[in-house]
Amino acid sequence: MTRLLITYLKPYWKEITVVFFLVLVRAVTNLYLPTLNADIINDGVAKGDTGYIWEVGGYMLLVTLLQVICTIIGTYLGAKAAMAFGRDVRSAFFRKVESLSQGEINRFGAPSLITRSTNDVQQIQMVVAIGLSLMLFAPMMLIGGLFMALRQDAPLSLTLAVILPLMIISLGLIIWRALPWFRSMQVKIDRLNQVMREQLSGVRVIRAFARTDYEARRFERANAELTEVGLRVMRLFAIMFPTLFGIMNFSTIAIMWYGAIRIDSLEMPIGNLTAFIAYVMQILMSIMMASMLASFIPRASAAGTRVQEVIDVEPGIVDPANPVMIPSLAGEARGVVEFKDVEFRYPGAEEAVLTNVNFTARPGQTTAIVGSTGSGKSTLISLIPRLYDVTSGSITIDGVDVRDMDRSDLWSHIGFVPQKAFLFSGTVASNLRYGDEKATDEELWRALEVAQAAEFVRAMPAGLEEPIMQGGTNVSGGQRQRLAIARALVKRAEINVFDDSLSALDFKTDSMLRAALKREITNATMFVVAQRISSIMHAEQIIVLDEGTIAGLGTHDELMETCKTYQEIVYSQLSAEEAA
Amino acid sequence: MMPGPGRRGPRGGHHTPGPPGLIGTGDKPRHFKESFKRLVRSLRPERVLIVVVIALTIVSVACQIAAPKIMAGATDDIFAGVMSRQINGYAGDSWTKEQVVAQLEATGETDMAKMLAEMELRPGQGVNFASVNRVLLIVVAVYLLSALLAWLQGFLMAGIVQRTAYKLRRDVDDKIALLPLKYFDSHARGDILSRLTNDIDNIQQTMQQVLMQIIQSILTLIGVLAMMFWISPLLALISLIVLPVSAVIAIVIAKRSQKQFARQWDRTGDVNGHVEEMFTGHNIVKTFGRQQEAIDTFDQHNDGLYEASFKAQFISGIIMPATFFVSNLNYVAVCVLGGLRVANGTMSLGDVQAFIQYVHQFGQPISQVASVANVMQSAVASAERVFELLDEEEESADPLPPVVLEQAAGHIVMRDVSFRYVADTPLIENLNVEVLPGQTVAIVGPTGAGKTTLVNLLMRFYEIDEGSITIDGVDTRDMSRDGLRRLFGMVLQDAWLFSGSIQDNIAYGKEDATWDEIQAAAEAAHVHHFARTLPDGYETVVEDDSTNISQGERQLLTIARAFLADPQILILDEATSSVDTRTEVLIQRAMARLLKGRTSFIIAHRLSTIREADVILVMNEGDIVEQGTHHELLCRKGFYYDLYNSQFAEALEEAC
Repeated sequence: MTRLLITYLKPYWKEITVVFFLVLVRAVTNLYLPTLNADIINDGVAKGDTGYIWEVGGYMLLVTLLQVICTIIGTYLGAKAAMAFGRDVRSAFFRKVESLSQGEINRFGAPSLITRSTNDVQQIQMVVAIGLSLMLFAPMMLIGGLFMALRQDAPLSLTLAVILPLMIISLGLIIWRALPWFRSMQVKIDRLNQVMREQLSGVRVIRAFARTDYEARRFERANAELTEVGLRVMRLFAIMFPTLFGIMNFSTIAIMWYGAIRIDSLEMPIGNLTAFIAYVMQILMSIMMASMLASFIPRASAAGTRVQEVIDVEPGIVDPANPVMIPSLAGEARGVVEFKDVEFRYPGAEEAVLTNVNFTARPGQTTAIVGSTGSGKSTLISLIPRLYDVTSGSITIDGVDVRDMDRSDLWSHIGFVPQKAFLFSGTVASNLRYGDEKATDEELWRALEVAQAAEFVRAMPAGLEEPIMQGGTNVSGGQRQRLAIARALVKRAEINVFDDSLSALDFKTDSMLRAALKREITNATMFVVAQRISSIMHAEQIIVLDEGTIAGLGTHDELMETCKTYQEIVYSQLSAEEAA
Repeated sequence: MMPGPGRRGPRGGHHTPGPPGLIGTGDKPRHFKESFKRLVRSLRPERVLIVVVIALTIVSVACQIAAPKIMAGATDDIFAGVMSRQINGYAGDSWTKEQVVAQLEATGETDMAKMLAEMELRPGQGVNFASVNRVLLIVVAVYLLSALLAWLQGFLMAGIVQRTAYKLRRDVDDKIALLPLKYFDSHARGDILSRLTNDIDNIQQTMQQVLMQIIQSILTLIGVLAMMFWISPLLALISLIVLPVSAVIAIVIAKRSQKQFARQWDRTGDVNGHVEEMFTGHNIVKTFGRQQEAIDTFDQHNDGLYEASFKAQFISGIIMPATFFVSNLNYVAVCVLGGLRVANGTMSLGDVQAFIQYVHQFGQPISQVASVANVMQSAVASAERVFELLDEEEESADPLPPVVLEQAAGHIVMRDVSFRYVADTPLIENLNVEVLPGQTVAIVGPTGAGKTTLVNLLMRFYEIDEGSITIDGVDTRDMSRDGLRRLFGMVLQDAWLFSGSIQDNIAYGKEDATWDEIQAAAEAAHVHHFARTLPDGYETVVEDDSTNISQGERQLLTIARAFLADPQILILDEATSSVDTRTEVLIQRAMARLLKGRTSFIIAHRLSTIREADVILVMNEGDIVEQGTHHELLCRKGFYYDLYNSQFAEALEEAC
């Protein structure tokens, strides 16, 4: 966490220096007040000098005023620095993630990245904010208080030799006992959450198997365990506060007793006793404050590590220094994609996901990719938009290696429909225009027609302007897929990549969509990954993947003759006559 | 107030990590009074203990308040000792106090004389240690008692709060079991979870801290004020002016900062939402070339968040120094005026010192009381959300006594069934279906045609609005729900597993299943083989979202569960999800074996399954549009024909 703090607090060193100085003033004034009070008693009250009392009183007022001004300015600058720090970390974090490849993102997982960028940063930011006010203040008060106490009466300060260790040891003991309980409490909370989450997600199964009572017992156990730990923690707190305040109170009594002896022997003026007690209270309060604030640190430090970890990632895929553009061959068909001896393995993986992949996909043709789960279908097509880089071999578009192109240029040639149809919050239209902001309404409708989405969009109350909720949760899975397809079509790219994008559609819609695509897209290169054989039976070229290698390449009829893996897949889905 | 690390559930997002106790969540309860009353009512079982706790608190606070005043005696003794020595200079050892005072008045030091006249002087003898020690011992006793009572109070309170939270959580869980499925369809899982954890946690913390705090604060305020008036009505009046000033400042600033905190949460929501969208849609953002736009939008939200959180932090940060300033003004006033009064003998030094301590004690409860309103509001809002869940309409009660079907043949008749999810949009109308024992029924139709609804009605997950469903002549509404559902076995598309071993997950199909039965079911469902290859075999722990077994294997596990349950009627949902070919074959084989000899409903996606079914129900828009065998339906050239035709034009010619 230290590195994160140094890097991102550096721009605010001026504010922080001022805050440091202001906190110092605050601490000094705070410590000064009891001294003035002692003066009032020693030189004013004891001597009956009312004029002096008024004078010192006015002085105290000024000190108080100075203190409040310093505190407010300090709070202002501290809040500003801490929150700006949080903003900068978030910004750096977001930019970093945007520059990462999908593989690098998957290493952390999107949900984890979301937590890191918001909750974790918030944690650190909070500690910085507290640190700039209280955490600086507490040690200053501690040191200053000790110094002032010694100045009041050194022998009396011997009482501190007993009081301070007592306070620190009891605080330490309590925290030492509490920490494992806190951890155990978190485990119990997670457990309770898990049981409830399962009850909610499995409600149908639980009721279908008539196991409500069993679930109630499971919950009961988790609930009782949580309550038990909670009770232990709360009871520890019940001991903690009386103990700490008890120590403070008994310190006062001890000081009074010993102070009386010192005063009686005329070694200390009486006003100093009052001041001394005030200082000891401040010392003890600052120890309590510091130890409690310190309990924030482990959590924030863990959060800091998680954030730094992401910021430190070096993106594996970067744009070339001198990007090459695809040569514009006037009049000729464009979008020839060629895989040459492509091999791909995930970093650190023992086995390659893809080996020895060779094929050429041409404009106006559909290249279908089939194979069982884990055979590398999705990986293969994600290599085209360079979501991953090949580990050896090459992929070229119209003769240009994708790694030699600027990625934004590369992407402008590709219409991509991912496996999980993902829509952004906004409207139907804003989603469709994601690839081409200038597309007209007519163009949108045309894409919707092809994607078999026009009918349901027309039926929506607001049509194209119908709001889409985040993640597209307000439309069904099949509608989401069709909208994602329409979005790619609006882009009118030379290369279209459909990653198992028809899975949620029923047979009828599936086939109508395919027919429409065939009519509409005549000169683009199509890649289609599919589970359903019927969806790709008519493709010009079918690639059968088995454990990362091409087990067969050809048309449906050819493969039915030659490829055993293909036959296996086909027969698992169709009866013999359907496959013929 | 030690921050409990990790006291929040996983979705603890909507609570404010602002200064503890000062700022609520910004949620406002809609019916504060009713919900508050109900929250108080939920404490009723603990009322005896609560009375005890309040009594303990009163005594404990009284001790704390009395202590400084008692201690003042010691200070006075010491001061008197000091003065006794000081006057030594101009008085003899044998002088009495009266003589000293007279002497002082004679020399014109009237102020000094007045002060000394009020003191217990023992000229020439110094501090009266016997008296000081006696006072200090009393104070020790008082503080000890106070600490003991405070501990006892906290100890009992912990029990009260934990038990109440426990009961609330149990009530929520009991309620969940009684809610109709409709509720789960229309409420986000995260929301229900959040009520169970975050909200109850919020209530619990508020009860633990605030409840005691408010009693303590009010008692302290009253007690301290009483002591102040007893010591010096004049100084007390001055302090009394401070009370409203300080309270008003705290409330005004807290209100403003609350507005900022609410804004901060809004902005956090904006950033969160944007980040979530951009991270999950990462590939789309990239391949559609919208990264710059994503960053721009992020910067905009991020700046907004900075702006709001800076203001919230600053404004809430001012509360403390502001109230502190006011109470420091009070402190100075007491020092000066107290000093003056000691000097002219109308007050003792010990009393001034005690008064200063009271001033310190006075400031804290003021800001606490000011903040309590906010925190209470947040807790009541949480309580309201919990009560809302507890008040949801439950499923109708099971009939008493229910008809029990031990062995069903599986003769199912649906007569004139009508059903709607939403009151004014009819979904299923006048549905009539008869299924004979042992028949296999395939349900086909486009997405959203109502296939799942049919299953939901069969198992009484939803109640039909009109008509009747009978099994072997018994109306399903005359049976208990559990009794009815025991007749069914169900294998759904999203294979639900709970966290537990593979063995436990299979055993879910039947209570008290023996190991042999489990193994037999596992073998029938082809689970046996893959379970044996896992590191811990049948003991391998799986979770609902775990990745240690594949989607297909999960499916097999749920089939094994159905085997073990050995139901008379089966409901299967054929998977189209990503399952590899070999597992797919295993699943089909296992399903076929499971179907044998049972009445079964299959939500079919595979044409081979459909063709072999005894009856095909073709659904569209919530209605059964056609009914018959594959052959019959094809030759009818209706909806089914189209559906089929769109898929396999070539295969069609041979079929008819």
